[in-house]
Amino acid sequence: MPTSKNRKGIIKHVASIIIEELKLENITAETFNPDLDLVDELGIDSMDLATIALVLQDEYKITIDEDDYPKLKTVSLIAEYIEGKLAAKN
Amino acid sequence: MQTVSSLLNKEWYERYKRIASLNIRSSIYDVTNRCNLRCKGCFFFSSGEHEAAREEMDIKKWENFIDREKARGVNLAILIGGEPTLCMDRVEAFYTRLPSYCATNGLIKIDRAKFPDLMVGISLWGGGEDEKILRGRDTFAISSKNYEGDTCTYYLYTITPRQVGKIEPVIKRIADVGLKVHLQLLSNDEGVDGFSWGKEELADLRREMDEVLDKYPRTVISSKYYHEVITTGKMMGRAFGWPECPSVTESLDTRKPQPRRLIHFVRWASDLQTVHRCCTSATRDCSTCKDGAAHMSWIMVNKREHIRTTRDLQNWIEVYEMFAKLYRFIPW
Ligand code: SF4
Ligand code: SF4
Repeated sequence: MPTSKNRKGIIKHVASIIIEELKLENITAETFNPDLDLVDELGIDSMDLATIALVLQDEYKITIDEDDYPKLKTVSLIAEYIEGKLAAKN
Repeated sequence: MQTVSSLLNKEWYERYKRIASLNIRSSIYDVTNRCNLRCKGCFFFSSGEHEAAREEMDIKKWENFIDREKARGVNLAILIGGEPTLCMDRVEAFYTRLPSYCATNGLIKIDRAKFPDLMVGISLWGGGEDEKILRGRDTFAISSKNYEGDTCTYYLYTITPRQVGKIEPVIKRIADVGLKVHLQLLSNDEGVDGFSWGKEELADLRREMDEVLDKYPRTVISSKYYHEVITTGKMMGRAFGWPECPSVTESLDTRKPQPRRLIHFVRWASDLQTVHRCCTSATRDCSTCKDGAAHMSWIMVNKREHIRTTRDLQNWIEVYEMFAKLYRFIPW
């Protein structure tokens, strides 16, 4: 599991996963706008989201329901979602 | 990293926003195995799909099935066959539950008092002569009378190689009866002599399709990028075919790696249990498939790949708009 479990740390980690999985160029986890709409602005679809969700599930040991995908529109919202899942586990 | 707003000006961004939220989830339904025509090259009959399943006759079962489809997230029912207008009770069951599109040969007139905004697509296989050779009669003479001026109807003009150089008069005929037209290409499933595509014919056709789009912008619902992709079979340097096709029934899709595809897409046979491989004939050779809807969907599902340059993204928007117009998600 990633070491940092605070919101900022999760945001950075989620951004790096998205950059890696979608092979985004000219962007780093530090410069990634956490409020960027991933669907409208980057054009990611449910297949991309499924790929990202698989990595996140694995890394944070959580389950991400397919019905929740529409909620995961930005890196910030994904981080908030992960935080919620982690809190529910403890 | 390119983003949509960094590539589009205000006007194009508005157009993008209008379609980006549509989230169309279509599936295809064989409403019946029967037809009042027997066209040469009709994939449904040539591949034996009319015998693949026994037609469900109980309308209650159709209604329950459609309710389940709706619950599955389908928000566009594409009704094909056979000839759906032979079973208007089934068409009605779809129409009253889901946004629906009815493909027809246009020989039977749909009652607009009962189905005021049902989208209707009339198949047309060229000019009168080609129609006689391939379909046994000039269907346009009848269908144009049945649907003249209808604002929810368009012709789905399947262009054959013999039509190259001759499509404008067909478009004009359609414009003259106040209808719209969308263009697609014949896949010569039955190997009818003289109806297979050559490379040069396709290049000529692409030019001709562009010309009629420029000349009849109010009649032709199309886009030049779609013309490019369907005539070359190429998009972003990739070739269309089985590994890339988006219109494969989800439960039968075991491809690895999974290409981008239509989410939850299924093509159902008329027994409401059997599924077909894809939106067209299961016996068709994917490497020569010219299915228009599959090519359109191929572009649409590859949205992220088009967020590359302004032109690429505009091309994608135009194709998505074309699709949305054809199924009346946005006005034409
Ligand atoms: S009208 Fe349509 S379904 Fe009927 S035979 Fe011709 S192409 Fe096939
Ligand atoms: S025949 Fe055409 S539509 Fe069907 S799977 Fe092959 S490429 Fe796709």
